[in-house]
Amino acid sequence: MSDQTYVTSDPRGSITQLATPSRLEYFFTAGTSLSKNLRGYQRGQFIGQRCPVCSKVYVPSRGSCPVDGVALTEEVELKNTGTVTTFCVVNVPFAGQSIKIPYIAGQILLDGANLSFMGLIQECELEEVRMGMRVEAVWVDKEDLVPSLASVKYFRPTGEPDAAYETYQEYL
Amino acid sequence: MANRVAVIGIGQTHHRSKREDVSIAGLVREAAQRALDDAGCTWADIDAVVVGKAPDMFEGIMMPEHYLAAALGAVGKPMFRVHTAGSVGGSTALVAAHLVAAGLHQRVLTVAFEKQSDSDAMWALSVPQPFSAPLLAGAGGYFAPIIRAYMRRSGAPNDVGMRVAVKDRLQALKNPYAHLHLPDISMKMVEESVLLWDPLHYLESCPSSDGAAAMVLGSEQAATVAESATGRRPAWVHGMAMRSEPTMFAGRDQVNPQAGRDCAKDVYAQAGITNPRAELDCAEVYVPFSWYEPMWLENLGFAAQGEGWKLTESGATALDGGDIPWNCSGGVLSSNPIGASGMLRFLEAALQVRGMAGEHQVEGARKALGHAYGGGAQFFAMWIVGSERPN
Amino acid sequence: MSKIPATRQGHRPVAIVGFSQNHSVRSDSTSNEVEMLLPVIHDVFDRAGLTKDEIGFICSGSTDYLIGGPFSFVTALDAIGVWPPKSESHVEMDGAWALYEAFVRLQEGDLDTALVYGFGKSSLGDLDEIFNLQLDPYTMAPLHPDLVSLAALQARAVIDQGLGTEEDFARIAARSRRDAMNNPFAQIKRDDDVATLMSEPYLVSPLRRHCLPPISDGASAIILAAGEKAFDYAEHPAWITGIDHRIETHAFGARNLAVSTSTAKAGAIAGVGEGHVDVAELLTPFAHQELIVKAALGLADSVSINPSGGPLSANPLMSGGLNRLGEAAQAILDGRATRTVAHATGGPLLQQNLVCVLEGA
Repeated sequence: MSDQTYVTSDPRGSITQLATPSRLEYFFTAGTSLSKNLRGYQRGQFIGQRCPVCSKVYVPSRGSCPVDGVALTEEVELKNTGTVTTFCVVNVPFAGQSIKIPYIAGQILLDGANLSFMGLIQECELEEVRMGMRVEAVWVDKEDLVPSLASVKYFRPTGEPDAAYETYQEYL
Repeated sequence: MANRVAVIGIGQTHHRSKREDVSIAGLVREAAQRALDDAGCTWADIDAVVVGKAPDMFEGIMMPEHYLAAALGAVGKPMFRVHTAGSVGGSTALVAAHLVAAGLHQRVLTVAFEKQSDSDAMWALSVPQPFSAPLLAGAGGYFAPIIRAYMRRSGAPNDVGMRVAVKDRLQALKNPYAHLHLPDISMKMVEESVLLWDPLHYLESCPSSDGAAAMVLGSEQAATVAESATGRRPAWVHGMAMRSEPTMFAGRDQVNPQAGRDCAKDVYAQAGITNPRAELDCAEVYVPFSWYEPMWLENLGFAAQGEGWKLTESGATALDGGDIPWNCSGGVLSSNPIGASGMLRFLEAALQVRGMAGEHQVEGARKALGHAYGGGAQFFAMWIVGSERPN
Repeated sequence: MSKIPATRQGHRPVAIVGFSQNHSVRSDSTSNEVEMLLPVIHDVFDRAGLTKDEIGFICSGSTDYLIGGPFSFVTALDAIGVWPPKSESHVEMDGAWALYEAFVRLQEGDLDTALVYGFGKSSLGDLDEIFNLQLDPYTMAPLHPDLVSLAALQARAVIDQGLGTEEDFARIAARSRRDAMNNPFAQIKRDDDVATLMSEPYLVSPLRRHCLPPISDGASAIILAAGEKAFDYAEHPAWITGIDHRIETHAFGARNLAVSTSTAKAGAIAGVGEGHVDVAELLTPFAHQELIVKAALGLADSVSINPSGGPLSANPLMSGGLNRLGEAAQAILDGRATRTVAHATGGPLLQQNLVCVLEGA
């Protein structure tokens, strides 16, 4: 309460704004399922999980198959490569942003996975990025690996020919 | 079995980037008082209050409806708080409407708001979560890749989004409540604005607004009383539906979500509509980013898959000369008090069929669609309102 | 023809036909919200003997500020498997109000079943800091009162107005924790005598530690079914014969904190006093609040209050009220009671209250 500030932009002198900085700290629970995925990052691996009902592979998983509503059980190690299904170039500054703009945010479908996730794409000119582009994960140095996505520095183009639209269109 | 539901009072605030002249309580009360005045009733006539808003982090107040109870005349009454992400303004109206349809109440006040200037919505939507990459840059960053997928899938020309951006801003000039009034808006101006989330330009995105929307929903009896007291006819609810699907799952069609298609099918069936383009006179559809007009034209059955952009391009969705005008009020692209944006769609649809939309009135409008969506385009809320009492 | 009791307000008869809760714990550090909900959802379906495909409407209660991010309810949906798409809604309130929304939705006759759930992890953040944000942002939040001090103001009002004593608070706490020994889902179970409790030092006068609820992580779920359909899922459905909720002003200075007019009004509309009450499950997380709610509902001393142990033995936020409805219903589902009352609360110091009367055939 000590750092409360008041703003008066009204000619009659009424208080038009009262700023109360607030700070909340949370201890997130990863959960059993996501922990397996996070431990994978610590080893420099993508770990997905397969749904026992529909056999789809989710990475990362929050603990259940969103379609069948059952726990995911079987662990699947995925490759380091994938396809950019779609992307955007972010050029908007906002509070708490940690990456220099403009940057490419791509939806990455790892080979062997059935769900894409958002990843940073670098070592790639902004005008070069495209749907279907093949990419690979670039990991931090071994001693810096942590149980978080922070272990993946970014994705970069592999230089392989683009994936055909038909191979990823159902993930759009 | 359900009782008929009528929209008997409508109110909204002037939407601005900062409403420094009012507190949150003052903001919601402004909209609510206008709705009560329109319905020709007083706070004492209201049986229950249903409040909706988007995430509490947008203002930094947890469950603000508690503090707003007195300002909204809810003391001693049932008060309810809905939160279904961006669709919340629509869902809130539906929750209120069901209270009347179920026969529980005669008159329900429903209010939705956002006072985005009280905090930082971009920050609230991009709170760093430890288990995902810190890439998400607000809603635009989420939806831009999906828009790109639509462009690829439909083969639409690149300028369709810009056409929507211009059309909705021109329509907003006819709505005194709209936040953005850009008389000089042009394709060139949109194209030259910053590419915030390539492929989306700054002017293809919704603004950040302070504002509130309110409606008094009434039973058939309350509608009769209101009409004889005010001389203004009600809008009748002909159908209402909600649908949800998971945010992400293998094989999810993010461009044309099943939940949106199912929700539209349900609401049309209730209203006896088989061809929405022909049978509806106008629609207020949640289009926060320009490309969502052609995408929702397809999702809602106004155009065949892959053909939505052709309707936009032909001018069919314009108030001026179109056969099925969309977002005559200027839509979300012109005013976006997030929690209220969905309710504004519902409320504008009702204004149209009451013949009370002023300069942006579609002449002789008899049936209109109100639509809202939220989350990762996974939550849908819709209603159809008409000038005639439903069977 | 099965017997369905008459509803008081002319409602279509709707019954609770299944209830499931997880074991409340101080901190469930191995499950995220989805994993906390999954077993509860599966269990409630098993108990009622139906699948997600048979559900007509889904409604949940939770709050973003407990999770620390926007849209707490979005990922939680993954525990259900809402595919094909479902008619679904969410309230930023205790799950008890999600049940109310579902109850209303079932009135129109087009849908017959609903799934309701609530969940919350109180262990993730500092509850005093979080709930401070629930107070009037202009006049109260800047003063930064903590939860216990606010409750102490109310407890003091109870004592000053002659409506209860510190010894009453201790008796309520002792009874709750003793009853909890028979509840496998409860968190605090112990057999204390009142004299020992009274010898504890004050935490914030007039409250001692035993007057406070534990901090709990938890989730629960309920299945509702309407009309004859209820008998497909339960032998003794717990029929909702009356239900209502009311709110009071937020300004503490503008109301008598020792009485709950909103509970009294909701209770009268729900018809609490129109018959005997076997069991009352009340969401009164601070011991003195039981006295306030009991008086507002006009419950006789013979009524068994919170035989589950109540919120003084397990206090999962956002599902605590739903648990009261579930526990009150379970007594009927099990054939242990024929008429029970459930109460839920929201907002600071009992600002908003819901009352439900449940009856067996």
